Amino acid sequence: MIASQSFLLEYLPILIFLGIAAVMSIGMVAASYIVAPQNPDPDKDSAYECGFDAFSDARGRFDVRFYLVAILFIIFDLEVAFLFPWAISFKDIGLYGFWSMMVFLGILTIGFIYEWKKGALEWD
Amino acid sequence: MAESNFWVDYILPLLLIVGYIAAIILPLLLIVALVTYGERKIWAAMQYRKGPNVVGPFGLFQPLADGLKMMLKETIIPAGANRVLFILAPMILFTLGLIGWAVIPFNSVMVLADINVGILYLFAVSSLGVYGIIIAGWASNSKYGFLGAMRSAAQMVSYEVSIGFVLVTVLLAAGSLNLRDIVEAQKGLWFFIPLAPMFVIYFISALAETNRTPFDLPEAEGELVGGYQVEYSSMTWVLFMLGEYANIVLLSGLCVVLFLGGWLPPFHVEPFTWIPDVVWFLAKTAFVIFVFTWVKATLPRYRYDQLMRLGWKVFLPASLAWVVITAGAMHLFGWMPQ
Repeated sequence: MIASQSFLLEYLPILIFLGIAAVMSIGMVAASYIVAPQNPDPDKDSAYECGFDAFSDARGRFDVRFYLVAILFIIFDLEVAFLFPWAISFKDIGLYGFWSMMVFLGILTIGFIYEWKKGALEWD
Repeated sequence: MAESNFWVDYILPLLLIVGYIAAIILPLLLIVALVTYGERKIWAAMQYRKGPNVVGPFGLFQPLADGLKMMLKETIIPAGANRVLFILAPMILFTLGLIGWAVIPFNSVMVLADINVGILYLFAVSSLGVYGIIIAGWASNSKYGFLGAMRSAAQMVSYEVSIGFVLVTVLLAAGSLNLRDIVEAQKGLWFFIPLAPMFVIYFISALAETNRTPFDLPEAEGELVGGYQVEYSSMTWVLFMLGEYANIVLLSGLCVVLFLGGWLPPFHVEPFTWIPDVVWFLAKTAFVIFVFTWVKATLPRYRYDQLMRLGWKVFLPASLAWVVITAGAMHLFGWMPQ
């Protein structure tokens, strides 16, 4: 009980920091909103499109490669997440731990080579 | 009796924490203001100009004047925008730019939250920055804003991966996730010497993470007129700027902690040890920020396909290979962290 409490207490300053930073950002926007004159007008509030009225909604289709990058990111970020504890306990896990991770990295590298050859990393 | 315990046990520590936080945030915002001024002076000097020199002595009050001007501008919310998300996005970025500092050690005792997973926390905070940008681009309902946000998000996640592998090599060498321990592990040799390629990859990825030249494609004023910031005005725009600069200062500070020995002096001999360790930390951070500025004054912008090629086809394999090399060498020669 005591141990878990002191563990959580280490994070209390971060929580307070988060609160103060959030309040600061809200306060700055609110202060400017109150102090500055606000005169909205249809032309001022239209989306910027080099002086034209917007031709279509901005939320249309976009390149599928952005999705692809996001998926690849998830794979490699998870890999990094696995590597963190491995790196910390590296001196305790010995040769077995070393080679286990090498096999894991090898499998991921095969996947990486495959996507490279498939042209998933090409932006022309 | 119970009441006095309440005040001493809860309110006093709380006030102490708030005081510490104020002691971090206020100098940080001052440093951010100074960085925006210093940058303009440095670029001016590199281009044989004078830079800001009207407001105050040597133009030193220029950031204040800029801030005051932005404060008095109208907050424009586009008609087609999602109002709540539109206002929320810059706040997210600003908040994230600040809270990373909760775990940065300024010297061996000055650290707000000495958590044992400091690196993981910073990694998480820098990942969350993508949300602010995506939300900004989506909520603006502007084609430029949306395209800029997509580009920026793809760029940030791409370089995040190589930063992740770089962090793993540092963790291998230090054997701890705690930032204070990582600095202590550099007592003998700063990590930028044994991990030199990783230091370079970290620095270039940090440029890409903060959308700085030569990777400032999300803003690309020539084609995207400011990217995800295009619809923002007044304080909402200032929050983007402050968040971006706070992030630059944060990644520079992290660079110092990971590779340049944090608060440690370069040599543990007389004249160097006289200077307080906090000053060493700040001086090194200032140097890294200067290099950020120098790069922006020197290099032109990358093309988007070059940017993605560098991230995925050069940095990712190189940093992955270096993880294997570092781990292998440590095993082969028995260089284990104590």
